[in-house]
Amino acid sequence: MIRPARSHPGWWAFIVHRVSGIALALFLPAHFLALGTAIEGEANLEGFLRWSERPLVKIAEWMLVTLLAAHLAGGVRLLILEFLPWRDWQKTLAALAAGFALAAGLAFALAR
Amino acid sequence: MSTRAGARLWVAQRATAAVLAFCVLVHLLTIIYAVQGGLTASEILDRTQGNFAWGAFYSLFVVAAAIHGAIGLRTVASEWLSFRGKAADAALALVAVTMIVLGLRAVAAVVL
Repeated sequence: MIRPARSHPGWWAFIVHRVSGIALALFLPAHFLALGTAIEGEANLEGFLRWSERPLVKIAEWMLVTLLAAHLAGGVRLLILEFLPWRDWQKTLAALAAGFALAAGLAFALAR
Repeated sequence: MSTRAGARLWVAQRATAAVLAFCVLVHLLTIIYAVQGGLTASEILDRTQGNFAWGAFYSLFVVAAAIHGAIGLRTVASEWLSFRGKAADAALALVAVTMIVLGLRAVAAVVL
């Protein structure tokens, strides 16, 4: 019997990589605009940073850092699968990717 | 789009991914270091202003992320929204150029 694609670890790796990629692409212009406030002086950037201390913004930041780490780990996994003959390592790499993403997210959360 | 152009986008996506793997790792480590004790504009600008090594690093990061993000969004638009063809390619190019302009403006804001 053929297993449904969604029960396969590779499907989860794909969906995490895709959703994190979309979220990061949508966030990037906002990130650039926020940093760009420094053009009009340090006070503007400082004002933005004080605004970013709201709990909901901090939660969003934590999610974005985690998504960035997840997209990095998933992307490195893809590059290894495509360019190196290590296909048997796929599941191990997927697990390492998840672990790395969680570790980076937690490190950020604990540091702030 | 021709097969050759499609192959070029595939190569560009992987090449930028390899650059971004390095840039994102440095960025994550910088984030975790920088948020210790909270973020202030003066602390960020002290690190970046006049530092052309950071300027070169972030400029490379911006260009690679813009190209990588735009190609990724083009794939998502094609597969999930059935948005493809010349209109999609024009939108891809516009997204890439907008991200590069906004990103380099942000780099200038914190480095110059």
